[in-house]
Amino acid sequence: MTPDMILFLVIALVTLAAGFMVVTTPNIVHAALWLILNLFAVAVLYVMLNAGFFAMVQVVVYIGAIAILFIFAIMLTRHAMRDSGPRFNTDWPMAAILGVALLAALIWILSRWQSFMTLPPMLTSDTDILRQLGQALVSPNAFFIPFEIASVLLVAAMIGAIYVAWGKSGGKK
Amino acid sequence: MALLSDPVIFIANWIENLLLGWGLAPLLVTIIMDLLGAGIISVAMLLLVVILIVLERKLIGRLQGRFGPNRVGPYGLLQTIPDMIKIFTKEYITPQGADIFIYNLAPIMATSAVLLLWAVIPYAPRVVGSDINVGVLYLVAVGALGTLAILLAGFSSNNKYALLGAFRTVAQMISYEVPMVLALLVPVILARSMGVNEIVNAQYVWYVILAPLATLILFITAMAEVGRAPFDLLEAESEIVAGFHIEYSGLKFGFFYVAEFLHAFTISGVIVAMFFGGWRGPGAETYPILGFIYFMIKTFLIYFGTIWVRGSLPRVRIDQLLGFGWKILVPVALTLVIFTAVAEKMMFLMAATVIVRILVHLVINLLLVLVLIVIFRAQEARRPLRKPVAEPRTVALGRHSVPPESPSA
Amino acid sequence: MIPLSWYLILAAALFCLGLFGVLARKNAVAILMGIELMLNAVIINLIAFWRYLKPDQVNALVFALIVFAVSAAEVAVGLALVISIYRRRGTVAADEIDLMKW
Repeated sequence: MTPDMILFLVIALVTLAAGFMVVTTPNIVHAALWLILNLFAVAVLYVMLNAGFFAMVQVVVYIGAIAILFIFAIMLTRHAMRDSGPRFNTDWPMAAILGVALLAALIWILSRWQSFMTLPPMLTSDTDILRQLGQALVSPNAFFIPFEIASVLLVAAMIGAIYVAWGKSGGKK
Repeated sequence: MALLSDPVIFIANWIENLLLGWGLAPLLVTIIMDLLGAGIISVAMLLLVVILIVLERKLIGRLQGRFGPNRVGPYGLLQTIPDMIKIFTKEYITPQGADIFIYNLAPIMATSAVLLLWAVIPYAPRVVGSDINVGVLYLVAVGALGTLAILLAGFSSNNKYALLGAFRTVAQMISYEVPMVLALLVPVILARSMGVNEIVNAQYVWYVILAPLATLILFITAMAEVGRAPFDLLEAESEIVAGFHIEYSGLKFGFFYVAEFLHAFTISGVIVAMFFGGWRGPGAETYPILGFIYFMIKTFLIYFGTIWVRGSLPRVRIDQLLGFGWKILVPVALTLVIFTAVAEKMMFLMAATVIVRILVHLVINLLLVLVLIVIFRAQEARRPLRKPVAEPRTVALGRHSVPPESPSA
Repeated sequence: MIPLSWYLILAAALFCLGLFGVLARKNAVAILMGIELMLNAVIINLIAFWRYLKPDQVNALVFALIVFAVSAAEVAVGLALVISIYRRRGTVAADEIDLMKW
């Protein structure tokens, strides 16, 4: 058991426990906070995968924007700081069985793939990967068009979200 | 001599050799050294807050024409110690119905978010907590953590006014995060790297000369991020509620207080590292201790600038604040980033000299400042002037406005 | 050295947890949280495959970055819709928003 194996087991345990609490806790604000813990643990996983840039993007985008947006939406859609009713649908045993079955199927399929147990290759120099990523995103031979389409998507989502959430008063502008 | 000129590296090497000599594994030695470094920085910063609080109170006092605290100690410089004793001995009152775990977690998260910022700022040549190559993004990420802590504090207090205060604070902070990130992008473009250490190393000419507008935008948005005047609508004493920390008492409130002062000092440190050359100065490479002294002097000067602004400007209303952030700062910062990037690329292709580079960037910044001034003038001209309600009239007791007759005999 | 299988099993487990959240929770915001868990699992998968199979190419990293952007956009629009529904119907429970059913 090397130290990074122990570290991975700890982080994976935190991730899965936080994910489990997200989907089962009755208090929805607590669910949002468990989600934040989950996103943090996933950011630590990215650092372990030598993708430090993505760990930072995870914290800035997911925790700094999306989680705060979740908390705002929860505050705005509660009846005066109370929770309402049972948290699960009536079909939740079927959903649990489906989840477990999907997990078993995925693990079975992946275990028959020959590269399932590969070990990570040594990285030569990981400071160049950021430069390569930047150049790939803006170079016309590489991924320039998906980058631009993603930015158009973000603008469209911004306009759509503002219009939808404007409310009855100023919605027609 | 090495001890005097480069004390930090000398002591670090000495401790490392000591630990290795005791037979510990190298991985364990690295972990112990990292923990020791983090502990020393945190303790030093928290002790620095003691000086910062009394400095700020005396300076604000002087700016307002009074003395500031001058009873405790020589010139009142020990004022923070009775303040600390008072805060330590106050009772913790937890409101009924508060979410206990989050209520206690929020002040800790707020202070940790500020202390974590010091991990990537270089204090001296080769002395940096953690030399990651995405340092600027790390600064933004940890700032987002502070915002989250405030939201949690407001929510967990079971108090509608705290919740409203927390919402307004978070709205202000996320509105000003966008121009702050854009202003932080300008040194990244000029230094061609996102690591704070590389940005400081690339500043043969301070970036404040190359990009003064970016410095100004970072200064303004950083003060809005911290929640200091003139943007301190959310926690000012004259407002109806004191914002998100009304339900906190004792040391828990002390944590928020410390976090705010330390955040202002930390953001001054970030501005110095990004734009004012960090530890750079005459003789800093050969004697690294001088680099640390330069860094501290520059940071205290910028911190004095923030205190000066706090003492001089009136508070800004929330709608004026958000309008200023979104309608003026974001377009200006975006234009600045675009022009800087285009100019850098053109000069890289033409292989321009250093002087040409400085002049081109300076001209771009000054042109944008001119555009800003024109926009402000146009806005002022469009605002309808209020007609005076009452017109001044000379009230004469039975006399017209003619000069009095010469006294007749 | 951690085998690739550990990361893939972790991502699969996170995905199934998210799926359970989407299918079984009543609150619309909780359903969106389940979707976020699933998207996180996808990005973990992408980055793990990049690191283990092709660490010298950036295709997978660009894919992961676009997935970040798409998930942010989707959460924004989804939460705007949930807030708008709450304003009009007064509820966010997914089984009470059934005005278009028989």
